[in-house]
Amino acid sequence: MGNMEQFLSMGGYAGFIWPAFGIVLIVMAFLWIASMRSWRKSEQALASLRQHRRQRGDIEE
Amino acid sequence: MSIHYFANPARFTRLAGRIQPWAGGLTAVLLLIGLYMALVEAPADYQQGDTVRIMFVHVPAAWMAMFCYTFLAVASAVALIWRHPLADLAAKASAPIGASFTFLALVTGSIWGKPMWGTWWVWDARLTSVLILFFLYLGYMALWEAIEDGQKAGKAAAVLALVGAVNVPIIKFSVDWWNTLHQPASVLRMDGPAIHSSMLWPLLIMALAFKAYFVTLLLARMRMELNLRRIRAMRLAERTS
Repeated sequence: MGNMEQFLSMGGYAGFIWPAFGIVLIVMAFLWIASMRSWRKSEQALASLRQHRRQRGDIEE
Repeated sequence: MSIHYFANPARFTRLAGRIQPWAGGLTAVLLLIGLYMALVEAPADYQQGDTVRIMFVHVPAAWMAMFCYTFLAVASAVALIWRHPLADLAAKASAPIGASFTFLALVTGSIWGKPMWGTWWVWDARLTSVLILFFLYLGYMALWEAIEDGQKAGKAAAVLALVGAVNVPIIKFSVDWWNTLHQPASVLRMDGPAIHSSMLWPLLIMALAFKAYFVTLLLARMRMELNLRRIRAMRLAERTS
């Protein structure tokens, strides 16, 4: 456990190092999730619009 | 194969669908290895102690800030000159990624500056020019949103991107041209890297992880923009018919 504590204390700079790495991971994860979510939403919207048209018997695009 | 080979949106969608999962997986693997090396394996610096570890996220984020803007400016130029149908989408898709990395470079730099320089912020050339880069990204994205006609918005945003491109060499050479607290380049310099391999490796792996992250999100965002463009076109055709 002593090793773990030593690791977490980061030579006394824990208050700087962990927040720095933390914000990088948080921002990157947030943009990742937001991008993937909006991409999937656009795929669904396009698919349902196409299906709607096919049902009405329109010609594809 | 001409430049227009990949200009075909259907071909792009197929290719992007194949690359995206690999790029995503590569991002995760490289990030895990990079974080382990940065936080555990790399030695503390003899002057900066453990705070030097912040370099492993700060420097790659700053590289990405400049890389994304260069990508954005080149894509904008291609969109303006050759009217490549995917270029303006590529430029638009890269902006939020670049803005995020610029924000992270500023924040992690600030967190590193406090214990090492004794201040969170100084108005010197390097820090100020990176802050301007951040505002350029925000302005670019706002311009896309502000103009309703997609083609006009793309053109205006591309012009802004190209005008703002002068800032990129200013950022790169600001540490040589002006007096600054910020240290000069220690990796990308004429005489080769002035950094020990125990610190260079984690730095390069983190940089590659960020590059793979960029590719993954760029493809996802471009596919999204392409879908939205198709939906708009279909709705427009419906209204006019």
